[in-house]
This record gives sequence, C-alpha cells and structure tokens, in this order.
Amino acid sequence: MNIFTRLGEFLLMLKGMFTKPENWRMYWKELMHQCVELGIGSMGIVAIISVFIGAVSTVQTSYQFVSSIIPRSVIAQIVRDSVILEFAPTITCVVLAGVVGSKISSELGNMRVSEQIDALEIMGINTKAYLVLPKIVAGIIMVPFLVVLAMVLGIWGGRFVGDISNILPHELYDKGLHDTFVPYNVTFALIKSYTFAFIITAIPAYFGYNVKGGALEIGRASTTAVVTSCIIILLADYVLAQVLL
Amino acid sequence: MITIKDIEKGFIDKTVIDGVSSTFETGKCNLIIGASGSGKTVLMKCLVGLITPDAGQISYDGEDFTSMDEKQKKIMRRKIGMLFQGSALFDSMDVAQNVMFPLHMFSNMTLGEKRKRVEEVLDRVNLNGAHKKFPAEISGGMKKRVGIARAIVLNPQYLFCDEPNSGLDPQTSLVIDKLIKEITEEFNITTVVNTHDMNSVMEIGDRIMYMYQGKKEWEGSNKEIIFNNSDKLNGFIFASEFLKDAKDMRMLEIKGKIDNNRDMEELLK
Repeated sequence: MNIFTRLGEFLLMLKGMFTKPENWRMYWKELMHQCVELGIGSMGIVAIISVFIGAVSTVQTSYQFVSSIIPRSVIAQIVRDSVILEFAPTITCVVLAGVVGSKISSELGNMRVSEQIDALEIMGINTKAYLVLPKIVAGIIMVPFLVVLAMVLGIWGGRFVGDISNILPHELYDKGLHDTFVPYNVTFALIKSYTFAFIITAIPAYFGYNVKGGALEIGRASTTAVVTSCIIILLADYVLAQVLL
Repeated sequence: MITIKDIEKGFIDKTVIDGVSSTFETGKCNLIIGASGSGKTVLMKCLVGLITPDAGQISYDGEDFTSMDEKQKKIMRRKIGMLFQGSALFDSMDVAQNVMFPLHMFSNMTLGEKRKRVEEVLDRVNLNGAHKKFPAEISGGMKKRVGIARAIVLNPQYLFCDEPNSGLDPQTSLVIDKLIKEITEEFNITTVVNTHDMNSVMEIGDRIMYMYQGKKEWEGSNKEIIFNNSDKLNGFIFASEFLKDAKDMRMLEIKGKIDNNRDMEELLK
C-alpha cells in the first residue's frame, strides 16, 4: 500500500468520525474514560522525564559555561527556554507517542481482530466516531496539560539540582527565570502540543483501526504507529519552528 | 423474512460469491453450510452490511437493504442481533455490562429497567451468577451464551450466528444449538446460522443452503438433506466412514427396513 493510499484512508477515517452520536451520554462517558487513560495515566512518566530533563539541562549548561563574564543566572534562562521551547513539548510528546500511541494502536487492533469493532458496527454504531474521535479529543485536551506540567517540573528540576549541587543558588536561578522572559514561547509550546497531540492519537488510531490479520499484525501496527508518529512529530516540530519563530 | 437475489462479491481477481439467491424464513433456523473458503462468511457479512456486495439485492421483509444509505442502514441494524465466531465480547466490560451496552446506547430505559432486562436475557441463556465476571474469566460456551444474550437484548427481528459452535465440545454445541432454536421460535425471529457442524445441520436446520465455491449448490431442510443427490454435498456432510454408515442406517430406518426401536445390545450380541 503506497503512501497516498494510506493518506487517503487516513483522511476518510477522519471524515467518518464526524456524524451525530447515537447517544451523547455514552460518547461523553467514553471521552472522560479516554481523558483519564491518556492524561492521568501518563502523568507519572511525564513527571519523571521532565524533572530529569531540567536537572540534566542545568548541569550541562553549567559545564559549558567557561567564561566568568557571563552571569550564572543565564543558566536559568537557558534551562527555562530549552524546556519551554523544546524539551517539554517535543520530548514529552515523543515519549507519549510511545506510551499512548502503542496503547491506542494495540487496543483498536485487538478490537478489530477479535471482531469487537464489527460487533459495534452491527449494533448500528459509527465506530470511527465512538472509538477514534474520543481518543483524539482526549489527546487534544490532555496533552497540553501534560506539556505545561512538564514545563513546570522541568524548570523546577533544574532549580533543585542547581541548588543541591552548588551550580547556582535558587535565588539566582529565580532571578534568571524572570530575566528576558518571552511569554510567546509558552504560546508557541502550546501550539506545538496541540499539533503533537493530534499526531500521537490520530496516527496510532489509524494503524490500529485498519489492522488486518492477527496478533503479529497488531504488534507490527503498534511499532509502525509509534515510529511514524515520532517521525511526523519531529517533522512538524521543524515546520512549526520555521513558521512560528 | 430475508430475501437475497443474485448476490455477487469478489476481491481483486477472485469471485467469492457468484449469483447466490435464497430466502431465509421467519421463525426458522436458516443454515448456510459449506467448506472453509466457500463464501459463507462473506455472504453473511454482506447480509448484515459489513461488506457491500458488487451486485444483487438483499431485502429485509421487503425493504431493500442494498439501496439504503448509511443512516437507513444504521436504523435497520438496530433490528439485527449477531453472534460472532469468537463471541466479540468487549474485554474491558464484565458480562452484565456487555449485555447492557446496547441498552445504554439505544434505549431510553431507566437504569433499573435496564438491569431487569439484562437479568431476563441472562436468565434466558442460563447464565445466572456470571454478571460480574469478565470475558477472560469465563469458558467458550459461556462466552457464546453472553454473545447470544447481547444479541437478543434489544429484541431483534433478525439474528445472525457466525459459526456458533466453533471451538466448543459436542455437548456444549448442542446446548448452544438448542438455545438458538428456542430463541428463534420463542421470539419468531429470522435466524441465519453459518456453520459446518453436522450436528447443527441435523438438529436445527429448518432450511439449509449449501454453498460450494461461492455458488449455491443445494437447498432444502434437514429432513431432505439425507436424500440429496449432490455428490459435493454428500462429500461435505458425510465425510467420514462413520458418518456414511450413520447415514445408511438412518435411511434404512426411514425406509422401515430397520426397526427404529431396535435393541442395540441385543444386536451386538
């Protein structure tokens, strides 16, 4: 199957999601379920990664600081901007592409192979709307929250490590955080997070929903979904940086 | 009653169903039998609208299903219940939730009424006390019964069963067959069963259609099948020496050449 066929199928899947729900309450329930699964379920891993990214950024930035002319508070500025602009949205979403993407793909793949999707279709339910749309919407709602959490924890991780390893005291770190802060960077990071949220939910959903075969194909679909999502995230990251910065 | 007329379906360069016409009667168990690859599953998927046939017409009590748009098909599907080969139960839901799902989606009942209805259908399929069990915790036969309960919970007019006995022991198969037959007669629904289980053919086959390489090869009842002249059908049904002997004995019985009430122990002496 070539890339254009896949793209066509993907667009048709997206188009097929937008129909009137058979029962709003059931769709709402499914959306809330997905928000918990995708959002709350990923908070732990996001928190751990963010704290360590911030901590390592502080240590490595300090290590590269050889000139005594530059004030130490600049370390905080560099950590802040690196975390907000790149680490929090991109690294978090690449990790989520693995965690959330493989989950979505294997869940839908298993439902396809075990005829659960057919069973829903027979009942008269639009499976694209009931199974795929809530996952994408849940991703778009929850991923930006996770990215903001990653920003806060990443910056805090840098502050904590700067303090305990005597790189720079937290008073200096806090001063650096306030210096030359550009609020647009946060807006830019949020735009990225919305874009990546769509990528890490819609692409695995497509691969999972269209699985044909058995257990082997479900595994293949998950791997393909994660790899494709990661590549598209990096591509989108570059495009957004070019266009918006 | 479901009527199909000149149904054709092919995939790439292979014709899977070639001009099949038949009528599936209300209140009867209509069986589609045939070897693996004969096209019976594809035909059933065409009947329920999971696959669109290339040509032909499918009518549900006179309503042309093939010419309906998606919205009309969705409404029609609410009159359809289906038991899948692998039961297709939702893994994340327990037995009661699986059965209650169509009620949540399509009925305006109160929660109490829904619970009562679930109780009724689970009772009907003899599954009391399994409400809180998950699909992974129950046997294959129980899964099939939950599948039947879910299929009938909305009082469908049409019931489709895709290989209901696959993976079940002969005794459990008989229980499932009996249940399908009873439900069909009790609720006067049109039941279509895909099977290659000969016990089912003889036990519940009010109307039987035999498919061979995508074509309808033979049609009749379970009483007529034993006298059929089709070599292909005989080769399929009476595949083993044991079944051939059983057929010969049965024919002799019917013709009155063997006493129906013969004492087997006496004969064996």
